[in-house]
Amino acid sequence: MSSPHIRQPASVQRIMLTVLLALLPGIAVYIWQIGAAILVNIAIASATALATEAFILKLRKRPLAITLGDGSALVTAWLIALALPCIVPWWLTVLAVLAAIAGAKHLYGGIGQNPFNPAMIAYCSMIVAYPAIMSQWPAPGHTDFAAQFHLILGGSRDIDGITGATALDAMRTGLRNHANVDAILASGTFGFAGGRGWEWLAVGYLLGGGILLARRIIDWRLPLGFIAGLGGTAALFWLISPERFPSPLFHLASGGAMLAAFFIVTDPVTAASTPRGKLIFAAGVGILAWIVRSFGAYPEGIAFGVLLMNICVPWIDRHTQPAIFGQQQETRP
Amino acid sequence: MIARLFHFRGGIEPDPHKRESSAAPIRPVPLPPKLIVPLIQGSRGGARTIVTVGDKVLKGQCIGEAEGAGGTAIHAPTSGTVMEIDRYPMAHPSGLASLAIVLEPDGEERWITPEPLDPARASREELLLRIQASGIVGMGGATFPSHIKIGKESRIDTLLINGAECEPWITCDDRLMRERAADIVAGAKILRHLNGARRVLVGIEDNKPEAIAAMTAAAHDAHGKDDSGVDVEIVPIPTRYPAGGEKQLIRVLTGIEIPAGKIASDFGVQCFNVGTAHAVCRALAHGEAMISRIVTVTGNVERPGNYEVLLGTPVHHLFALCGLRPGTDRKLMGGPMMGFTLPSLDAPITKGSNCLIAASPELFPPPPPEQPCIRCGTCARSCPIGLQPFALYWAGRAKRFDDANRYHLFDCIECGCCAYVCPAHIPLVDYFRFAKSEIRARDEEDKAASQARARFEARVARLEREKAEKAARLAAKAAETRASLAAGDAALIAAAQKNQEPA
Repeated sequence: MSSPHIRQPASVQRIMLTVLLALLPGIAVYIWQIGAAILVNIAIASATALATEAFILKLRKRPLAITLGDGSALVTAWLIALALPCIVPWWLTVLAVLAAIAGAKHLYGGIGQNPFNPAMIAYCSMIVAYPAIMSQWPAPGHTDFAAQFHLILGGSRDIDGITGATALDAMRTGLRNHANVDAILASGTFGFAGGRGWEWLAVGYLLGGGILLARRIIDWRLPLGFIAGLGGTAALFWLISPERFPSPLFHLASGGAMLAAFFIVTDPVTAASTPRGKLIFAAGVGILAWIVRSFGAYPEGIAFGVLLMNICVPWIDRHTQPAIFGQQQETRP
Repeated sequence: MIARLFHFRGGIEPDPHKRESSAAPIRPVPLPPKLIVPLIQGSRGGARTIVTVGDKVLKGQCIGEAEGAGGTAIHAPTSGTVMEIDRYPMAHPSGLASLAIVLEPDGEERWITPEPLDPARASREELLLRIQASGIVGMGGATFPSHIKIGKESRIDTLLINGAECEPWITCDDRLMRERAADIVAGAKILRHLNGARRVLVGIEDNKPEAIAAMTAAAHDAHGKDDSGVDVEIVPIPTRYPAGGEKQLIRVLTGIEIPAGKIASDFGVQCFNVGTAHAVCRALAHGEAMISRIVTVTGNVERPGNYEVLLGTPVHHLFALCGLRPGTDRKLMGGPMMGFTLPSLDAPITKGSNCLIAASPELFPPPPPEQPCIRCGTCARSCPIGLQPFALYWAGRAKRFDDANRYHLFDCIECGCCAYVCPAHIPLVDYFRFAKSEIRARDEEDKAASQARARFEARVARLEREKAEKAARLAAKAAETRASLAAGDAALIAAAQKNQEPA
């Protein structure tokens, strides 16, 4: 055995468990504002993720216990469940998780080897394959569990009264109809920052992000870069034309912005890894998300932003290598 | 003057485990039945034996003269008889054998008459020669010959004395500073006299308050005792591994970063371990050559502590003295961060051996199974060089050695911080050692190949040249023959024509 002969007590498993823990405030707000159906989706996603992971590890003749126990599949599952509308039919959740675990993760060699964020692969493939179902979000306040559960079980999608337009959707439709931002915001869909009810979810994720930052599980550069990229671009256009572009606060409190800032762009495997690279990567995701939201075919663009920036990661890393010891000479005291 | 401190990147704060061995004063060691004194104990050369089997030698007597400019002398650690001069396994990860003089102590400890040398009166050359002849090498572990370092003709601004002792478990420098501070300060002053530094700073990690107090008192006592006007300053530094690495200590105390492949002297700084300063003082002021050192013996033993160990004492003698506890599964030399597992306990203590640790699975649990890297970046945050260890790991694993070079693989000092913090329990330092050896081997192959190519091309060129010369020679000869033939023909024709002429 060679040096070092001592090791800090730390493990991948502990990191993943902390991430799951940090998702709890967001999940609690979700249950309170939107409904307990999210728990059903998390359960479906978790079971599918573990089963898929176990099956593929077996196919690849890899040891089951270590990888299955590392918690990474559960993190992916929870993030997918939180990214999809919580009233999608069960089979859609299963498909999404399959795409993430079997496709995005194991086809590339398993944990640590995947270039693309598995949860975002799942989200993008589902929104492309089932755009209608993926656009049906539950309306906040209508926490009718039985009705939501009925939809999850694949019941007839009689969704009036259960669903409602999301903030991003309402804004997009309004702007397409040449309404101005203030007029759109005056409708009942919006709260103090983003979508009424949904904005509390952003607060929940922000809280969880605080846990991850405090425990040094995530690098502050990633959420900061993302918030600066999305908020900065939004601010620029909002200042130029506030009737046509909603405020940065609206962008940051709507859709998946806070989930992405602290749980998606922070995925260490698929994000850039150098200090400057992290800022560039995350800012890039934010800018692309704003572009897709403002001009694209989908109301939410973060997932596309993440995947596009994932492609750029090797290039970013290569060109942002930090100076090493002795390369930067400080003046002698 | 309070020196301003600088920060080095990364580093770790492992459990120090210093108390186990630092409580008791330095203890002597009973003479072992035999002492194995290796001829090579410095990193730049060794000694040539000047004794033969059967010789009686006195304690402190030179038994091996410095060989070459970088060599350092070796001395009899006690009085006795030279039993044999043969190859013995050394305390090295490879366990390779090396030539050593084996001495049987007579138990009388009769000293050779010491000949002190007053630094104030002796010339610089005399002092350097004495340091070399006293066998003084860096005692922090690198065993670089001190006469080479201090003899360098560079303008030196700052002399650093390294008392950081940042590795967990090791306390030999701590005890030395507590008990022999005056000699360390005196040695530091001699070194300053030799390199002409404008200031002398002793860096000690702030987890050693007793050593700091003792050294401060000794520095105070030495104030004004010589005419240099330069005092020795004791500077407590934050406890953070690897603050005791030479380049890290220079960074902390002066703010200067010495890049890989460069030496501190070129930046106006020289750094010596406290043990080396102590040895310099003993050699010059007392005329005692380097024949012993302080060794920490700790870990899974009954009586951990620090011992004044004669060089050449076999490792097993020390473990026997300290009482190995059951459950010891291997023995380490050096600290747990950079030390190595001893292949043999017959190996002797040498000038660079600072610590022996009896390791048990309880004290040093085997690492959990290795998991895939998730690029979490914890290793990069811990690296004191500012490298991206995970990038090196991916490059090394894929055998993309050009990438490994681009990510500065050879700047890695193998301090072990990255492997210490890795949540996936990847033995990163092992990967880097492997990649380095692969690259070195490849470079050697390239060199051999290019030499072979050069030889081949030279041969082809020579053969072609010879062929051309041969062809030229043949052509010349042919021409000559033709010419002579032509001349002959002409004569024949002329003769024939003559003969055909009607008479």
